[in-house]
Amino acid sequence: MESFPVLLTILLAPVVAAVIMAFIPREEHMLIKCVAAAGTFVSMALSLYVYFAYDQSLGGLQFVQQVPWIKDLGVTFFLGVDGISLPMLLLTNLIGFSAVFASWNVNHRPRDFFILLCLLITGVMGTFVAQDLFIFLLFYEVVVIPIYILVIIWGSTKRVTKEYAGMKLTIYLLIGSAFLLVGVIALFMKTVAATGAPDMSFAGLARAARGLSDFDQIWLFALMLFGFGSLLSMWPFHSWSPDGYAGAPTAVSMIHAGVLKKIGGYGLIRIALYVLPVGAKFWAPVIAVLGVCGVAYAAMAALAQKDLKYIVGYSSVSHMGYVLLAVASLNVIGLNGAVANMFAHGIMAALFFSTIGFIYEKTHTRWIPDLGGLARQTPRLAVAFMLAAMASLGLPGLVSFVPEFTIFVASFKVYGGLAVVAIAGIIITALYALRAGANTLFGPPRPEYDSLKDIRGPELVPLAVLGTVLVVGGLLPFLIFDMVNSGIVPLMAEISGALKLGGSF
Amino acid sequence: MNVDLSLLAPEIALAVLGLGILVLGLLIPKGSRHGLGWVTALGLLGVLGLTIAGWDNQGTLYEGIFIVDRYAIFFKITFLTAAFLVTLGCMRYVDEMGDQSEYYSMMLFATLGMMVLASAGDFMTLYLGLELMTIAFIVLVCYRRTETRSVEAGIKYVLLAGMSSAVLLYGLSLVYGVTGSVTIYEVGRAVTTEPVPALILGVAMLVAGLGFKISAVPFHMWTPDVYEGAPTPVTSFLAVGSKAASFAILLRVFIAALPGLWAHWTMLVAILAAVTIIVGNLVAIPQTNIKRLLAYSSIAQAGYILVGLVTASEAGIKGVMFYAFLYVFATIGAFTVVTYFYNVTGSDEIKDYAGLSQRSPLMAAVMVISMLSMAGIPPLAGFVGKFYLFKTIVDNYLWLAFIGLIMSMVSVYYYLRVALVMYRDEPVDHTPISLSGPVALTLIITMMATLVLGIYPGPLSEVVNTAAHSFFLP
Repeated sequence: MESFPVLLTILLAPVVAAVIMAFIPREEHMLIKCVAAAGTFVSMALSLYVYFAYDQSLGGLQFVQQVPWIKDLGVTFFLGVDGISLPMLLLTNLIGFSAVFASWNVNHRPRDFFILLCLLITGVMGTFVAQDLFIFLLFYEVVVIPIYILVIIWGSTKRVTKEYAGMKLTIYLLIGSAFLLVGVIALFMKTVAATGAPDMSFAGLARAARGLSDFDQIWLFALMLFGFGSLLSMWPFHSWSPDGYAGAPTAVSMIHAGVLKKIGGYGLIRIALYVLPVGAKFWAPVIAVLGVCGVAYAAMAALAQKDLKYIVGYSSVSHMGYVLLAVASLNVIGLNGAVANMFAHGIMAALFFSTIGFIYEKTHTRWIPDLGGLARQTPRLAVAFMLAAMASLGLPGLVSFVPEFTIFVASFKVYGGLAVVAIAGIIITALYALRAGANTLFGPPRPEYDSLKDIRGPELVPLAVLGTVLVVGGLLPFLIFDMVNSGIVPLMAEISGALKLGGSF
Repeated sequence: MNVDLSLLAPEIALAVLGLGILVLGLLIPKGSRHGLGWVTALGLLGVLGLTIAGWDNQGTLYEGIFIVDRYAIFFKITFLTAAFLVTLGCMRYVDEMGDQSEYYSMMLFATLGMMVLASAGDFMTLYLGLELMTIAFIVLVCYRRTETRSVEAGIKYVLLAGMSSAVLLYGLSLVYGVTGSVTIYEVGRAVTTEPVPALILGVAMLVAGLGFKISAVPFHMWTPDVYEGAPTPVTSFLAVGSKAASFAILLRVFIAALPGLWAHWTMLVAILAAVTIIVGNLVAIPQTNIKRLLAYSSIAQAGYILVGLVTASEAGIKGVMFYAFLYVFATIGAFTVVTYFYNVTGSDEIKDYAGLSQRSPLMAAVMVISMLSMAGIPPLAGFVGKFYLFKTIVDNYLWLAFIGLIMSMVSVYYYLRVALVMYRDEPVDHTPISLSGPVALTLIITMMATLVLGIYPGPLSEVVNTAAHSFFLP
């Protein structure tokens, strides 16, 4: 399989679909949707193949492709996957494929919609397969433009206007990335000064960065932490997240909450921690505190919401707090938990948002007091909703239980008191998730919703795909954990000297 | 004296082309001059080919007053590309204005001025090139002579350009008085690190005079008015060509002629760059006219390019050249959309762009891509350009890197407002805008260039490297 560029194919399939769609007459809605589905299906199938063909015993980067790109910047077009990026790549494609079907009922300018959606999916995928910082950055912001346009045209204006939501999402992402960019350029120049030869690949930067002074590592890490942290909705830079999701169309909420946010966590581990371990060690307590603040604050905020999208929006901020706490523990167990939790939360959040999208489409409201008893009228929708809600509160047997448990184990060892607060957050999560489920789905059925049609046909795809992963990932957690572990262990082995934590795990 | 005329071939060809167009205009009757645009465009393409063919043919003429190094050749390629694209995109607009032959020949003479400027090896040639360019632009700016705004813009441009030329000339004469030479590289040898007061005054005047041409704050006041009033293709050529040429000579004068003094001026240039970036971007936010918006954004762009001058190193020069080249495509792409939109609707107001994405998807896409390239969003060319510019200053001027990158994210705010109008709003008039062949070609070329240079900048970067390297080999 060495000759076949499988990662490039995964990356380009949605782009090809987008190009084909551009030539289809705009009235042929069904054809457009089928092409979009086909493009994302190819990516999903191939990434499933890569996931299971990846040789875990060998570890390291596999399916590598390298082309020299910009000589004087030391940039290579370098694609490859390891145990950390593969779950993220798979997640992107599972959600991308589901998002197409969650948007099956978009009949307002569908051609533009699906073209932008496919470009968005490609941008997100690219960040996970790039092994060169420059190429990573190229993909990192590709997503900005499609998201903005998707929100302002197909978004919804309920509590905030869609223009406000779109601009807020964009500006937050960009200001964060401005700091990240300064950090990247400074890091690049410092490594060039240290080694004399420019090299932008993650591994090359990590090697060169060992020569940097502690002070340099610390301030460079701070810039990256701000950049990636604001994308991960790290408290107190999280406020774009609930507003943005509320204004965005279903597919964008799914992709944004499901995977785009995870680029922040992925970047924090794969780039910031890997390249600048001394900086990471310095900032770890701060990350832990911010993470726990996020868990507690966002869970409380979710409790006070009556709009379904706001509940899930705040809940995702709260869950990302766990990821930050896990990263801050700086040990193998914690980082395993962080990556696995990102995967689990991605699946769960995407299912949640797609369900809310269908509820909104059918009832034209997301306001909980106006809903109730939907389990009687739309049982399949209720199943999806409850699956997502149960996964959110970490029910054993579903995908998010083991990662959360792992995080608590890892962080309790390092930050005893903070971990206790974070564990308490689980109780609040249970409270708001169950209450949202009870008030929306159960209780006396409302007569005005008697004529609602349950989800059927293509609308069932998100439930089928994401629901299956939720259950399978919960019952067979090793499918995810072995993979993540095969990526985290070598990464930690490389930086453990700098962390001076050797032997503590 | 042995003069190698092959070094001058592109300039000679361009001058002949300019005069030829003028004569052709006299010979053929008024009604059938629509083809002149094509003649000009293809002629420019030929001159461009000639210039590229002379890449390896370097040397100096007339004892160093005319320098043909790769640095100059690269800038000439930039000007000619810009002139070609502008001509290709503006034919219909010019046909509606009338007097095609004078228009095209003025445009060619302006380009010739820029080319002379890029090759100038002494202050006289410099001034000659600058005035040739400026006078041609004065005519072009007030070309819609029946419109008050165009004439007003022309008068403003005449007065301020005259003023700035006077200041520049005075500065040059002071430098000459102190060093006793007008040849750039000889001045460079004569200037010592100890600044003489007269020399400092001279250099300050040079900064002011050239600052006007690149519209750096605080010499930018004329830009929005002139850009708004001038015919749109002229605005676009003014924004790209005049600015790039002024940067070419700015680098030559300051780095080659005044290297000893430069150390004292870097902080000033850094501050100038920062203020230009901030003012340009912030004032662009409330604009409602697309040409004024682009004018302020072009002021901000000048600020970014100034960043490359701060270190005055080979890397900095490379950054300037790279950015100047890709700026051609982004700016001309945006202005061609504005030009054609004005042809169809007669409006330059942003609110009238409502629903453009449905009336003409290509125009809307080019507009968004061009603007986001100016904002430096990857994977568009502007990102790579900013990367090259800012990497030279992170070591010593980290604050400037912060200002530059944060302000470029602020600029996304006003660029996206245009995108908002084009994509979200429903058009008032649903009739699709059909693009004429040359305009569509221009739009596609600029869009592809912006995308390709952003994703795969490797080859261009190599070319610019050798060009910037030649600068330090007098």
